[in-house]
Amino acid sequence: MRYSALEVIKQGLTGNKSWRPVWRTPAPKPSYDVVIIGGGGHGLATAYYLAKNHGMRNIAVLEKGYIGGGNVGRNTTIVRADYGQKGNSAFYSHSLKLWNGLSAELNYNVMFSPRGLLELCHSDGQMEAYNRRANTILARGDKAEMLDRNGVTDFAPYIGMNNERFPIKGALLQRSAGTARHDAVAWGYARGADALGVDILQNCEVTGFDIRGGVVHGVETTRGVIKAAKVGICVAGRSTQVASMAGMRLPIESHVLQAFVTEGLKPFINTVINFGVGHFYISQSDKGGLVFGGDLDGYNSYAQRGSLGQVEHVAEAAMSMIPAMGKSRMLRSWGGIMDMSMDGSPIIDSTHIKGLYFNGGWCYGGFKAIPASGSAYAQLLATGAVPDYASAYKLNRFETGHLINEEGTGAVPGLH
Amino acid sequence: MRLTCPHCGPRDSREFKYFGDAKTARGDDFASTYLRDNPAGEHAEIWQHISGCRAWLEVVRNVTTHKVISVKEAGQ
Repeated sequence: MRYSALEVIKQGLTGNKSWRPVWRTPAPKPSYDVVIIGGGGHGLATAYYLAKNHGMRNIAVLEKGYIGGGNVGRNTTIVRADYGQKGNSAFYSHSLKLWNGLSAELNYNVMFSPRGLLELCHSDGQMEAYNRRANTILARGDKAEMLDRNGVTDFAPYIGMNNERFPIKGALLQRSAGTARHDAVAWGYARGADALGVDILQNCEVTGFDIRGGVVHGVETTRGVIKAAKVGICVAGRSTQVASMAGMRLPIESHVLQAFVTEGLKPFINTVINFGVGHFYISQSDKGGLVFGGDLDGYNSYAQRGSLGQVEHVAEAAMSMIPAMGKSRMLRSWGGIMDMSMDGSPIIDSTHIKGLYFNGGWCYGGFKAIPASGSAYAQLLATGAVPDYASAYKLNRFETGHLINEEGTGAVPGLH
Repeated sequence: MRLTCPHCGPRDSREFKYFGDAKTARGDDFASTYLRDNPAGEHAEIWQHISGCRAWLEVVRNVTTHKVISVKEAGQ
């Protein structure tokens, strides 16, 4: 069913009796042309673009849990394209372009809201660095502007400007960045992929690979053996475990990142604000909750929950940046597992096993990457080559020295 | 999360700094620098009690439950 205002009216007048589940729950077929492991945002987007852009139909997405239950439902929904490193810059620029047309593309409202991203600067040196960053963004054809102190006050008057430790000198503003509805992104891609014939298999955990003579022939799952000529790993938070079943050892550590939401408030925060030196960022959801977070807890974890120390640290940063937040009450906090790569940038590449492909290591930047990652991975699975905008994300770059280290922190995943 | 320092007793994890997988902490080759076992279970790792006695510690911790299994001085 195609969604439209007319359809809503029609359904409303007929008692809303004809709405149907938006994807099927098929039984696994014995074999597929392509099997994608992981039904998160990236996996579903990959399946969608494989069907849409490359005309493939015999595709399965294998999800251990349920659609929308992993990191695609645990993030803070920020979409931005403010990267400076070559490789990252082109990729996220392309992703932002796809975000702009995504609701129309999927005929599903992903509620992409380009409300802007404000990155605060606290010293002359940082202003210089962000000027350079803004020029890099402008030079590749995207939008960015620099605000001075008064500009910050005008744009976001609720920011406390009397911070003694980190005085605000100005900010980089990217008006085309913003937020989206994370669940809708998962559901929209799932619906789109299903409509093109993709089988979405939930509660189907991969337990092993069928690899013979360096060639993958399929996967073993909790719902039986499934044969496939091509298998794409796409499992943020469990990349190490799945890849290890294929004998791979990855340049990845898994860490926990916490996020928080307050009770619903009236419109208050008009943009996305990144208070980098305070390890804090915030936006306000359309429902009214203030959605915010900070840095990683800093140690390996698969727990999907963090320590109280980081809760306190984030709350302190919130109070120092927006003192008025002290009157709101925190509703929930949760953790997500970040597969942190050794240079802070992701991997989209083929592996040493023929027919087996890998997509992962998204650190805490996976959500905004979904459209570009899906279309790049689909092209890799269909044709064997990634498009130019994703060509830097090679698995062997750690050996060849072509690292993409946006933060310049070295091979310490907890610091990216 | 609390770690029991062999010198100072049980202390909040905020007093400690994390230095990653104990197996790869001393190596300087490609694999030690970039590749990790990254298990979803027991993990031996190096911490330093930076806000306490500054001892270097080897901690075995279950990274799925955050349960600390053992803490000893590193290199012992």
